Amino acid sequence: MVYGRWTISGGMITIAIGLLGLLYLLVVGALGLRPSRPVLPVAWEQPMGLVGLVLFVIGNALGLFYAPAERFMGETGRILYVHVPAAWLTMVCFLVAATAALGFLFSGKRHWDSVVESACEVGVVEGVLLLILGSIFARPTWGVWWSWDPRLTSSAVMMLSFVGVLLLRGIVRDPDRRATWSAVATILAGVNVPVTYMSVKWWRSLHQIQSETMKGSAIDGSMRWILYFNTFAFLFVSVWFLARRYRLAEARAEAEMPEPLPPAVPRPGVTA
Amino acid sequence: MRTLRQTAQMLRKELLTEWRQRSRVSGIFWFALATVLMVAFSTPESTILPRIAGGTLWLGLLLASTRSLDQSYAVEHEHGAMEGLLLWPVEPVAVFYGKALANTAVLVGVALALLPLLVGIYDAPIHGSLPMLFLTVLLGCGALAAPGTLYGLITSQARGSSVLLPLLLFPLVVPALLAVSNATTKIFEGDPMNQAPSWIALVAAFDAVHWSLSAVLYGRIQED
Repeated sequence: MVYGRWTISGGMITIAIGLLGLLYLLVVGALGLRPSRPVLPVAWEQPMGLVGLVLFVIGNALGLFYAPAERFMGETGRILYVHVPAAWLTMVCFLVAATAALGFLFSGKRHWDSVVESACEVGVVEGVLLLILGSIFARPTWGVWWSWDPRLTSSAVMMLSFVGVLLLRGIVRDPDRRATWSAVATILAGVNVPVTYMSVKWWRSLHQIQSETMKGSAIDGSMRWILYFNTFAFLFVSVWFLARRYRLAEARAEAEMPEPLPPAVPRPGVTA
Repeated sequence: MRTLRQTAQMLRKELLTEWRQRSRVSGIFWFALATVLMVAFSTPESTILPRIAGGTLWLGLLLASTRSLDQSYAVEHEHGAMEGLLLWPVEPVAVFYGKALANTAVLVGVALALLPLLVGIYDAPIHGSLPMLFLTVLLGCGALAAPGTLYGLITSQARGSSVLLPLLLFPLVVPALLAVSNATTKIFEGDPMNQAPSWIALVAAFDAVHWSLSAVLYGRIQED
């Protein structure tokens, strides 16, 4: 698209969306963490979620109708635009969970535990989405719904170990124990995240290796910006989920807290 | 040095408890053997038995380990020994290593007792090198014991513990289970392509991660 002297490409729009989202998170999100001084009439994550949903619809339309067909996989390759962001965000959520678990073990603050809870849950939801999308992708390209390829196996293991954390949280009643135990389980489960990421490099098998690395990209520019467009859509929606779930966890933890003792009644003749 | 001495003391105490309650270890052994037999019964053709012998050995050990790990704490809780242990001036790291080493020893013992039976029942002669097989068994049992000792402490204190331990442990040890099963199968069948060492290296890496990480985290759970 050319406007006078300016040429606007899809890549530029995507970068702008990413930067604006980051700026919003840094400014409004950081301010919105303090409930005492509301910046917006609604919680800060609500506009972000709305934008994320809109981006999600546009991104899917771009991936389905606008993007060029992939050279080897043809139209089937279009599922990449949702499969890859789902994979990235699953791992991001699990990494957030593991980091928050470390934060809890070091600081003992309840807020970290709420982050663990929300990140584990959102990560598991996106992981389920990832495995379903992957199966749909595998059927036409590999001819099977599921293969015991290292990438697939490690992803499933990663998912299951975080499901284990959620089950542990469901079973333990005592809030302090639940927080410590699930932090430990989250860290152990978090070991699977780098293993899953590196599995395609360590054991070369059916699944392709990473296309996007620090050293460069293997994806053509005409498809790459749509991939990142969808990634930002996923990211915004995930941040929305995480923040909503965090607030829910905080509210539940608040409700679990024992009632404070009534203030001491002063008695005549007794001095403190 | 002090930690080492404490670890040795813990290990001695654990093994002594096991020795005085020999029915526990034999129970674990029979459980593993029953699993191995059940797999054999549920296999439609006996011709594939030799090929699944390696995997079945580890399946049996994994299932048996969930029983043994649970019980190693159940004994402590029964007599209030856990509180006593906490009152001792012993570092949690030493408690962890003592318990994990004892659990490894029990599992290795069960595995070694199971191996000849497996060779007989599954008609799976060992073509590969025996020292390599022992190394695999040792590393594999360690891979089950380290996260198991940590999770055993958690689940022994929680409600519905008998369900929880497998749920937490199984996903975590899948990589190790995959690697030891492959290595064991390769050693059973003879290993012309020399593939077993790379699988054993994977188990060793798994051991290195979990024996260090679990030891660090153990103290935090023991505090509760």
